[in-house]
Amino acid sequence: MTISDWDGEPNRARLHWVSGKGGVGKTTAAAALALALATGGRRVLLVEVEGRQGIAQLFDTAPLPYSEEWLAAAPGGGELRALAIDAEPALLEYLDMFYNLGFAGRTLHRMGAIEFATTLAPGLRDVLFTGKIKECVGRTDDRGRHVYDAVVVDAPPTGRVVKFLDVTKAMADLAKVGPIRTQSEGVVRLLHSGDSVVHLVTLLEELPVREALETVEELDAADLRPGAILLNRVRPPRLPTRSITAAAGGRVDASRIRAGLEAAGLDRDAGVLDGLVAETVEHATRARAEDEARKRLAATDLPSIALSEFTGGIDVAALYELAEELTAHGIGGAR
Amino acid sequence: MTEPAARPDPLDVDGFLDDPANRIVVCCGSGGVGKTTTAAALAIRAAERGRKTVVLTIDPARRLAQALGLRELDNQPRPVELDGTDPGADLSAMMLDMRRTFDDMVLAHAGRERAQQILDNPFYQTISTSFSGTQEYMAMERLGQLAAEDVWDLIIVDTPPSRSALDFLDAPQRLSTVLDGRLIRMLSSPARAGGKGLRKIVGAGFGMFSKVVSTIIGGQLLADASAFVQAFDSTFGGFRERADYTYRLLRSPNTSFLVVAAPEPDSLREASHFVERLAGDSIPLAGLIANRTHPVLADLPAARALSAAEELEAAGSSPLAAAVLRLHADRVAVAEREKRLLARFTRAHPEVPLVDVPALSSDVHDMEGLREIGHRLGQA
Repeated sequence: MTISDWDGEPNRARLHWVSGKGGVGKTTAAAALALALATGGRRVLLVEVEGRQGIAQLFDTAPLPYSEEWLAAAPGGGELRALAIDAEPALLEYLDMFYNLGFAGRTLHRMGAIEFATTLAPGLRDVLFTGKIKECVGRTDDRGRHVYDAVVVDAPPTGRVVKFLDVTKAMADLAKVGPIRTQSEGVVRLLHSGDSVVHLVTLLEELPVREALETVEELDAADLRPGAILLNRVRPPRLPTRSITAAAGGRVDASRIRAGLEAAGLDRDAGVLDGLVAETVEHATRARAEDEARKRLAATDLPSIALSEFTGGIDVAALYELAEELTAHGIGGAR
Repeated sequence: MTEPAARPDPLDVDGFLDDPANRIVVCCGSGGVGKTTTAAALAIRAAERGRKTVVLTIDPARRLAQALGLRELDNQPRPVELDGTDPGADLSAMMLDMRRTFDDMVLAHAGRERAQQILDNPFYQTISTSFSGTQEYMAMERLGQLAAEDVWDLIIVDTPPSRSALDFLDAPQRLSTVLDGRLIRMLSSPARAGGKGLRKIVGAGFGMFSKVVSTIIGGQLLADASAFVQAFDSTFGGFRERADYTYRLLRSPNTSFLVVAAPEPDSLREASHFVERLAGDSIPLAGLIANRTHPVLADLPAARALSAAEELEAAGSSPLAAAVLRLHADRVAVAEREKRLLARFTRAHPEVPLVDVPALSSDVHDMEGLREIGHRLGQA
């Protein structure tokens, strides 16, 4: 299924969570998605919540402070801003909003009391993060228009993401009344609405795919909306489909390769031919596993979008290319 | 790009596993790099080389647990069947049960009645299951217990899939701070606890904060926390002693740290942080395992392969050879990038020995696969 067959849900959502198993390139995919959504003159906020400063590293900028900073221009006049949310300043911001804490807040910060409060109620940390994100999604300018057309969050990895988003559960830790409670109820409404989707990034490998599939089930069970599956680091197919099974089983016609090398004037010793055959078997084995992974993913009725492998590594230019791949699939810009 | 050749010392994994002075090996690294698999492969290799070995795994993938014959998480070392090898080889494996380890600690350090009070407290249930750092803390505690049993030649321990590879070093301290309870006492009854000095410093703001905290997290939780701290008070000394013991154990000359990293910038950056942190604590790092590299298997420059592939494609002949040449060129590009990233790490940390473990082409989920990884580890 492609995005266009799919009723355009990802483009209707204004809040995009991006999760995936550790090491699959979650931050890269989130950044590319944010650029794609900003394409064509829109303003998008890219948020991170785990204090890793992954966005700053990806865009090769100074560590992000707790404020919304200009990050990059998107094609067609769009604008990308970034925010790294920390629990401490988020809590102080709340407290300042409702109680005039001032100097006492700073003292408590020095004593570690805020770290302590978030430790006492682990759910509080998540409620603070999601609360801040909701505020960004809902913020309007003086003409009543949304400040951000979309907010993209580099969310916690698959193992933790549903717990993170299931604010209803976290609220059990919190007081039954009061400002944070009220705010949390709004967060719950937003997260379970059509405005919010959770995209899952995976490599075409067994474990990340299994985690992605399990997370889709968990999201469904928690009444949260899965979005697209983003297949990261997809390599171009080199062998024709029909030769993959044979090659993966170790059956590679070395004599045909040798003849080809000779025809191209590559006069090499037997070691090179053996090496090429071994590389071909490994390539085919991986290609077959990738195929299996695709089949398993197809069992969900979610659209999946392939993002190319960049053998040179991901830099800012590569992010723009990945964003174009997403745009080509109907994400953002096109409408 | 020309960069000066950086040639690290090769990490002699077999020599390292054979050395009787090495009693504990801690495998660290960021999530998703194959830490648990590497720990299991090292343990099998050590056992088959004649050392009585136990591997402590944290949350292994199901098929890896099955490969080790682990069916349930019961917190006890279980013998692993090493079919087809020297019958003298002795390997055990266990999965950490953090809740059980924590309960056992409470039972060991509090009287029976008090222990029950603690175990029943809702706040204890939060701390022992969802406080970030509990898993790290309990992994280190369980390691300390295994070391104290003194029946193993070698203990190999996997570390939890933390946000940061360093969390397990800091977790005991962080949790101690919470359990120390001074803040909880102040929050629940600031008039009686904390002493005049502190109240004077914080002044009226503290009363305000206390009110705010109970507004946010609710009075019930605060009351539970306060009851917990009172019950826990006499037990706390025992916990702190344990944390100190574990920390000393981690710094002993018989303990070594190995960092497992993927040949990727994020993973190597995390490995660098780790090396620096260990150096700051005067703990030497035994080595870096660059996991799942893709070395080139055929000595043929990429440019040459690509031009030959283009030639064949233009002639419309030998499609198989053309495809093979292209996939070879892809592989050269990947291998060169990996080499460049590892060289960069070595330039920053020339003292760290390194071994790279070429990727298996399929996922590892049986004894044979784990042995193959062990074999690749031993080939430096």
